[in-house]
Amino acid sequence: MELFGLAPATWLPVVFAGLMGLAILMYVVLDGYDLGVGLLLGGARDEGERDAMIASIGPFWDANETWLVLATGLLLVAFPLAHGEILTALYLPVALMLVGLVARGVAFKFRTKMAPGSKLSWDRAFLGGSLLAALAQGWMLGSYILGFRGGWDAHLFAAVTALGLAAAYGFIGACWLLLKAEGELQRRAAVWARGALLFAGLGLVAVSVATPLVSERVFDKWFSLPNVVLLAPIPVVTGLLLAGLWVALARYPRPGDRWAWVPFAGAVAVFGLAFQGLAFSFYPYVVPGSLTIWDAAAAPESLGVILVGSVFVLPMILAYTAFSYWVFRGKLGELRYE
Amino acid sequence: MLEDPVLLARMQFAANITFHILFPTITIALAWMLLFMKWRFSRTGDGAWMELYRFWTKVFALTFSLGVVSGIVMSFQFGTNWPGFMNTVGNIAGPLLAYEIMTAFFLEAVFIGVMLFGHGRIPNWAHTAATALVAVGTTMSAFWIMVLSSWMHTPAGFEMRDGVAHATDWWAIVFNPSMPVRLSHMLLASGLTAAFLVAGLSAWRWLRGDRAPAVRLGLRTGIIAGALLIPVQIVVGDVHGLNTLEHQPAKVAAIEANWETQAAVPLVLFALPDEEARENRFEIGIPYGASLILKHDPQGVVPGLNDFRGEHPPVAPVFWSFRVMVGVGMLMLAVSWLAAWQLWRRGEPSPLVTRALVAMTFSGWVATVAGWYVTEIGRQPWLVYGVLTTREAASDVPAAMIATTFVGYMVVYTLLLGAYVGTLYYLAGKGRRADVTAEGPGAVPEAGEAAAEAALGRPAQA
Repeated sequence: MELFGLAPATWLPVVFAGLMGLAILMYVVLDGYDLGVGLLLGGARDEGERDAMIASIGPFWDANETWLVLATGLLLVAFPLAHGEILTALYLPVALMLVGLVARGVAFKFRTKMAPGSKLSWDRAFLGGSLLAALAQGWMLGSYILGFRGGWDAHLFAAVTALGLAAAYGFIGACWLLLKAEGELQRRAAVWARGALLFAGLGLVAVSVATPLVSERVFDKWFSLPNVVLLAPIPVVTGLLLAGLWVALARYPRPGDRWAWVPFAGAVAVFGLAFQGLAFSFYPYVVPGSLTIWDAAAAPESLGVILVGSVFVLPMILAYTAFSYWVFRGKLGELRYE
Repeated sequence: MLEDPVLLARMQFAANITFHILFPTITIALAWMLLFMKWRFSRTGDGAWMELYRFWTKVFALTFSLGVVSGIVMSFQFGTNWPGFMNTVGNIAGPLLAYEIMTAFFLEAVFIGVMLFGHGRIPNWAHTAATALVAVGTTMSAFWIMVLSSWMHTPAGFEMRDGVAHATDWWAIVFNPSMPVRLSHMLLASGLTAAFLVAGLSAWRWLRGDRAPAVRLGLRTGIIAGALLIPVQIVVGDVHGLNTLEHQPAKVAAIEANWETQAAVPLVLFALPDEEARENRFEIGIPYGASLILKHDPQGVVPGLNDFRGEHPPVAPVFWSFRVMVGVGMLMLAVSWLAAWQLWRRGEPSPLVTRALVAMTFSGWVATVAGWYVTEIGRQPWLVYGVLTTREAASDVPAAMIATTFVGYMVVYTLLLGAYVGTLYYLAGKGRRADVTAEGPGAVPEAGEAAAEAALGRPAQA
């Protein structure tokens, strides 16, 4: 089937790159706040606070994590060649991330169901799992940006992105708590959000500066005319947003809990812009500098079969996801099913 | 042995998939049992059904989480361990996996949140609907993954172009020759696993003196479900065997440890198959048995392993796994029917049968895993039967790295399995402990009513 005079083998990979991008962005935003809340457990004062923090993500995290399965799944089914190459190159960080996600996921359930004495240990596993997963994902991002290059400078860069992404998750997690928590916990969530914002912002600047310096292709893409003018809004808006959030967060929570959703919305916007910048830097490569989306794509007839289904199913997924956020709107302090 | 990366990759993947299957096997059927409990409660208003529902919801939530996290590990290992799989048959496997994610994973993941935490936030009927959607989601997931699995055993509806499979007929791919029977066999296995888990854990509480109405209902539900499903499973298992004989004769030859193609083949009950000498040691068999089962004729000709020299699976693991699976199935038949008969005659199973039920709490796991070993090891040396060998699909990740992560996964899985089983018994024991500390004999029914009230739900808060 031709679209705007383009053959399916030309436009289908672009559509699937878009879908995969959407799935990755959904994952980093949604499971990002889950993992962030997990990291912030380290700052909780007592068991009651930890219960409240974990309750705030309880009804959502299963579905949030599913976006990772969709993202990997789309990479696997739409770009099978890239899937093999990327996952083989990232074998170790992937394994570490999986151990982290497993620890976090099971701690969720075990902490309330096992004998009370072991609850603290499971909370530590929750925090440790979240930290390991966040750092491993950040490391993978750094390693991906450099095209899986080795060497100490590449590892240093990956370490910076690992810390940066963990801070970004902490930031969005704190914004989530600002929205969902009450009282003292909410007050401290504002402080955490500011602290994490600082580190996340530094990480973002470091990655944005380093990426064009280490990759000539990325440099040319951003700093040639007219791109440099057309793209300027991305870093400028991101910078203004971060500065605005930094100033505003000092005044949170507001009297009567007004505007509680604003920092979270701001965090989502920052994630979206940063993702936009990365996506622009790498398009049309799915493995930086080696495989384009057309090189790596599966056969058009198979992509077509998936696309037909996703046209119907994805809107349904978004609809019932929205339904679940509507059911669990408001403060969730009392949420439990024991 | 540990220098062979392919063998290591297989061991690692087998460990993961074995660990993973334990949990979906429970949740696929337990979701429907939860729906049944919820429906019984809505119809009868009997708080004991609600109490049963709430207890098994906790078990379900825990089991579901373990299934999700181990499933995520697997979704990555397709790429890390078997890059050749997707490179060769990705055009077929890809859409099937994509449909599983889109139609099943999100459905169950979103609605399990509503099901677990929705009490009091949504009306009772909506909560029942959420439970139903979780059940539909787990079954859809089973459907798509069984389509892919059976396609790997009996591939159809494709053509090879430049060494890559291309789909030609999606109907033929989805309804490939072994799909209906394989899916039925798996769903029934899940039903039996959940039935014996429910019966076994209830029996354990029963023996400890926990005679709450909900425990009695759980015991009855588990026993009756097991007694109803096992004969169906035996028939479906037989049909599955005939299907395999038609499409994968080498696997059946390994199951029977039959070396020569011949008539009047005995059913080997015990033997130590020796692949070097190509014969069985210490063989004990029933004359004409295999010919009767496979051809329904005592003189029927059964294929032998020597017809597939170099291309048949390792004999001993397939032979033994099959006997474990069938043996457990026979035990299930005996115990569930005896228990059902006693239930019918005396209203409760005898202490001896109750103990047998406790011993068989996890029998579904043993049978399911053994059955998977029969079918998956039985497909070797192929990954996709007749299309792609396992060796061709392996990655070039160094053996040392696979070995390290393998050990890591094993440690984590062993700990988790221990924690999981321990938690089930902790949860099951909690009712009894609450009972002991309660003030009077009336305490338990009251607790049931309170739970029922909470579940009936207030309308959604503004």
